[in-house]
Amino acid sequence: MFSNLAQVIRYRGLIQSLVARELKARYRGSVLGFLWTFIHPLLLLSIYTFVFTVILPNRSPAAQPYGLFMFCGILPWNWFSSSLLEASNSLVSGGNLIKKVLFPAEILPIVNVLANMIHFFFGLVILLAFLVVYQHWPDPGDLVWFPVVVVIQLIFTAGLALLLSALTVHFRDIRDLLSNVLLFWFFATPIIYPWLDPNVIRYKRLFDLNPFTHLAVSYQEILFFHGPFGHAKGLLALGGASIVFFLGGYWVFDRLRDSFAEAV
Amino acid sequence: MTAVIELVNVTKIYRRYSGRHFATLKSALLQRSILRDLQPTEVFPALSDVSFAVPSGSTFGVIGRNGSGKSTALKLVAGITKATTGTVRVKGRISALIELGAGFHPEISGRENVFINGIMLGLSKREIEQRFDEIVDFAELRDFIDAPVKTYSSGMYMRLGFAVAIHVEPEVLLVDEVLAVGDEGFTHKCLDKFAEFRRRGRTILLVTHSLGLVERFCDEAVWLDSGRLRGEGDPRRVVDAYLAATEEREEALMAATTAKAVASSVGTGAGSRPADATVGRAATGGSTGGPAASNGAGSGSSTAAGMGAAPEAGPRSNEEEGAAPGLRNMFQADEGRWGSREIEITDVALIDRAGEPAFVFHSGDPVAIRFKIRAHAAAADFVIGIGLFNAEGVCCYGTNTHLEEMASVQLVGEAQVTFAIDSLDLVEGTYKLDVAVHKRDGYPYDYHRLLYTFRVKSRTHDAGIYRPHHRWEFSGAISFRPAEKGA
Repeated sequence: MFSNLAQVIRYRGLIQSLVARELKARYRGSVLGFLWTFIHPLLLLSIYTFVFTVILPNRSPAAQPYGLFMFCGILPWNWFSSSLLEASNSLVSGGNLIKKVLFPAEILPIVNVLANMIHFFFGLVILLAFLVVYQHWPDPGDLVWFPVVVVIQLIFTAGLALLLSALTVHFRDIRDLLSNVLLFWFFATPIIYPWLDPNVIRYKRLFDLNPFTHLAVSYQEILFFHGPFGHAKGLLALGGASIVFFLGGYWVFDRLRDSFAEAV
Repeated sequence: MTAVIELVNVTKIYRRYSGRHFATLKSALLQRSILRDLQPTEVFPALSDVSFAVPSGSTFGVIGRNGSGKSTALKLVAGITKATTGTVRVKGRISALIELGAGFHPEISGRENVFINGIMLGLSKREIEQRFDEIVDFAELRDFIDAPVKTYSSGMYMRLGFAVAIHVEPEVLLVDEVLAVGDEGFTHKCLDKFAEFRRRGRTILLVTHSLGLVERFCDEAVWLDSGRLRGEGDPRRVVDAYLAATEEREEALMAATTAKAVASSVGTGAGSRPADATVGRAATGGSTGGPAASNGAGSGSSTAAGMGAAPEAGPRSNEEEGAAPGLRNMFQADEGRWGSREIEITDVALIDRAGEPAFVFHSGDPVAIRFKIRAHAAAADFVIGIGLFNAEGVCCYGTNTHLEEMASVQLVGEAQVTFAIDSLDLVEGTYKLDVAVHKRDGYPYDYHRLLYTFRVKSRTHDAGIYRPHHRWEFSGAISFRPAEKGA
């Protein structure tokens, strides 16, 4: 298992080209091309801002300006959910490669996760622009934590992506199951409502069990809320769990590896 | 010489999870049957206990029918799948021409795909840069290399895939039936490239149905049949053994088809009225039906039209002398059996050189068509005819005793008829046989229409229907060289 893991690192050149290809291919043939990367989050930001400040004014005084607050959680969520949806399908749609070319299969879901991470980074540029517009500066001290959150999310997402992609080969209905679970998961995570809301605090134990709570809250703490980063403990615990999770996901993947070429 | 590829007692079992395809994860979870469901319900051995070694620097052929395990063997060598038991050892960098352009992404340009495909096949970016021009020139895609691959024709796609794979400079090249990728010119270029590989002492493992290629090109060959090794060694001998087995199989198959055709015709025939009506219509519409039939045959191929018309013209000119309407019927009816059965044909067989009934012959072999006729009452007016048709329904030859000016005198009881052909000068293909006995005016006693199938095999892939006995003669400053290995 660990030698296979080392092999993934040897293939980083391939991963790099495939991620680049993924990003290029996605916008090839569209008129606005790469601009779509920016337009989508921009649109999301304006819709949510309109809905939650004009139509359903948010009660939490802490989460103002609301659109900006929500954007801090939505961006990483999109990275997470798109990665999983694409990765779960990656082995099936990349069946040609697995069947016909000697090719380490784990590269496919990993490429999906990384390509979506790049999208996340583009989204951050928009967020940055709006932080400037709203004159809502994050604390420079908190920003040290930012790469930590990103790395933890990367490990966590990759582990889940490996697990799901391997299982989808045998259970095709995971794809449909997943999109429904993700919808539920989205609302079960403090993304469109703030963590500090008294109604949320009441169910704190339940929320603590949701791994993405810690990621979303960390992003919000770092990028949005003022004051020192207060979620270090939860984040680091998730970090440890993510590594275990990744290894577990990779183990399952490795165990099922030999069945891919025949089952896809 | 050391072995570069070595298979030792390799067995590959494919599992079929038949029942589970409809099961959902949920039901599997609910019934706690996930573990049980992950067990295969059916196993299928694609390779059983196969061992062979490919010596370094040799070109090694793998032949066998579809589904014999050839591609599975190649995938095992390529490392794409793992052997269930046994070991597969490979030394050196492998490039597998299994499916060309397998990793191409349709939306991005040929140039980018070359890079990504090259990296997938194990090249570094720098190596690809060095070979890029060579790859593009080889694929003959200089003008299109920056267009997205989705705009390529399938030939262009394959050529690019082939060009990348061949420029990986592998020590071992695995080729799975990919030589049919381009036009004649490109195929030659591929063969040249293989020859260059050979000269440089690289090893090639070639899976193909093109037996000529194996004979010409390979140093050694193996023959797989239903996942088992049936032959190994000198390619000519292996190919011959394979061909012999194929013939046997075809014989068995044709015997079965013929038996079925005869059996079903016996059930429906027996001098019934509808059968008579068919003949009546055919006889009256003869002069118009004749050309129409030859038109129909002509649509098969342009050469067939000319040949189809030739024998057809024979009986028509004879018709003025009031002859042989029975023969003309051959051009119209479908397969089957009809007639009054006052005289009956039985035990139709094609007899080979050894005097045994057979279904597969080689072009130029002697063949005898042998059958029995039995008259239930003594008959004086009868004509015995035969007709040979190719798969497109073109009459290759037809004749009868009347046309050959043998006036019937008497048939009492049973007689054996042999139509002996000294040399079956037909090109390779499947042929059908008619035998009939009828009155001079066409009234059918027993008509066996296309009921007997046989195959003609040939080493020469010449065209047409008829192969005249021939030889080439040359004089002057002209020379040829016989086909060489590796040419």
